[in-house]
Amino acid sequence: MRGTEKALVALGVLALVVAPFFFYPVFVMSMLCFALFAAAFNLLLGYTGLLSFGHAAFFGGAAYFTAHSVKVWGVPPELGLLIGMAGAALLGLIMGLLAIRRQGIYFAMVTLALSQMFFFFCLQAPFTHGEDGIQGVPRGHLLGFIDLYVPLNMYYFVLAVFLIGVFAIWRIVNSPFGMILRSIRENEPRAISLGYGVGRYKLAAFVMSAALAGLAGGLKSLVFQFATLTDVTWQMSGEVILMTLLGGIGTMVGPIVGAGLVIALQNSLATSQFPVTVVTGAIFMICVLVFRRGIVGEVIAFAKRYGSR
Amino acid sequence: MSDVTPLRQRRAKAGEPVLSARGLRKEFAGFVAVKDVSLDLHDGQIKALIGPNGAGKSTVFNLLTKFLKPTAGTIAFMGQDITRLDPARVARLGLVRSFQISAVFPHLTVRENVRVALQRPQGLGHQFWLGLGSLERLDARADELLADVGLTEHAGHLAADLSYGRKRVLEIATTLALDPRVLLLDEPMAGMGHEDVGHVAQLIARVAEDRALLMVEHNLKVVADLCDEIVVLQRGEIIAEGDYATVSRNPQVREAYMGTAYIEDGHG
Ligand SMILES: Nc1ncnc2c1ncn2[C@@H]1O[C@H](COP(=O)(O)OP(=O)(O)OP(=O)(O)O)[C@@H](O)[C@H]1O
Ligand SMILES: [Mg+2]
Repeated sequence: MRGTEKALVALGVLALVVAPFFFYPVFVMSMLCFALFAAAFNLLLGYTGLLSFGHAAFFGGAAYFTAHSVKVWGVPPELGLLIGMAGAALLGLIMGLLAIRRQGIYFAMVTLALSQMFFFFCLQAPFTHGEDGIQGVPRGHLLGFIDLYVPLNMYYFVLAVFLIGVFAIWRIVNSPFGMILRSIRENEPRAISLGYGVGRYKLAAFVMSAALAGLAGGLKSLVFQFATLTDVTWQMSGEVILMTLLGGIGTMVGPIVGAGLVIALQNSLATSQFPVTVVTGAIFMICVLVFRRGIVGEVIAFAKRYGSR
Repeated sequence: MSDVTPLRQRRAKAGEPVLSARGLRKEFAGFVAVKDVSLDLHDGQIKALIGPNGAGKSTVFNLLTKFLKPTAGTIAFMGQDITRLDPARVARLGLVRSFQISAVFPHLTVRENVRVALQRPQGLGHQFWLGLGSLERLDARADELLADVGLTEHAGHLAADLSYGRKRVLEIATTLALDPRVLLLDEPMAGMGHEDVGHVAQLIARVAEDRALLMVEHNLKVVADLCDEIVVLQRGEIIAEGDYATVSRNPQVREAYMGTAYIEDGHG
């Protein structure tokens, strides 16, 4: 199993390396940004058992921070991404401190409320330029000499950031800390009775998830060269939940596949006369009913059943 | 089983109690679930907390381990006032409880369940940058604990796939991984088969040698065999205390347990 897993990962990476020769690079890059966003979200939902309904604040917030720092302060893109991440982490810390004591649906509601407050902040704050957003964000030169206006340079930069981000999530999940997160997800009172201060673990996971969602958001602002209000709306928080559930929570690959699917769908429906939200909604309903574990979750379950026979 | 070999030597209590509760009271929106409960627990002692359904036994456990805040009363553990501490802190001090409803981590393997308990005392809880290989040094101790309770062959299975009885046993092994000073077990044998009950009773007798143990148990035969002292709770109040013979002679207890065979025929 280990061997086949490695082979599959290698195959996936290879596919991403050659993808820009077969698909429109910006389309694949936007998939990668959302895939990283969903994977970061899943660190919280799938591995800690916390349903946040406010992750758009980190994704869209970081997009603003990165865009502003690159455009107005003139920092290089790699530093702009770090600034976006740091901003998202700080937002995550504030939201986490206020929400973490709540359980279940109350946690989701508090995160939703706080992210809505952040939305109104973004609507009013001068540096976000309201409805217009921050436009014409320069991509700049990576490390001072790699021109990111060259499409393939940009693509491989995005791919590298995506892989680093996903690796970080994988490492966190499969670490001593990740084991404690999982035990909290499985049975919180039991984790407490073993002496774990679960509040601090949850808060740490929340901040990490926010920072990585921020990395995805910052990256997206460099890809599309603008940051808008769309990315901080509650609909965006809903979309990442949908992507994660569709692909399969609690699996590494699930959210990535789910994000890819949703983005591909939106892309192909954009030119047709079908309303996008209705179609994705319907597909989501069907998937939840047919594949209870999400697409990847079902595949893994099937492979296990097949493998044990 | 007590007729052949006694499970354990009864111990006389001596010195200061390790756990001592005074005047515990808990109200839920006006409903008094626990009323003026005081109890002491000494090293090497096994105490039973019994009483009809809804008497408040689990609530007392929740109060002692700080999962609930008492409306009134104080709790001292090893001479320290723990009334205001949070539950994780109390567990770290060595006062560890199990739950009435089986509490394992279902989607972790049996070995991982025990290892999670070992991680914190070994300082391996917060490293998010290390791989899982860093936990391998805990495996030897985890396997030892699993061998102790007879779960060796299940070490690699998901806890969710264990039988109910084995889940309870796994829970005890996980609790023991912390090497607690005081152990609170909430109905450790509920729902177990006859054979498992015998095994677990022996296990409990063995682990109680060098610590104090308080257990809620409905199986009065087990209580009679295992426990030095019994506290009977009814509607949140202690109605009797003492060894099995004393308690089973108490008319109030006999009334509370009307129709319960063991008390009726004066077993013990
Ligand atoms: N969180 C709570 N909120 C409100 N009432 C509660 C709560 N927990 C317990 N109670 C009530 O307190 C009383 C005592 O409950 P408790 O669970 O302590 O009983 P018990 O002796 O453990 O019973 P059992 O043998 O059924 O486990 C019950 O009437 C119960 O309904
Ligand atoms: Mg109970």
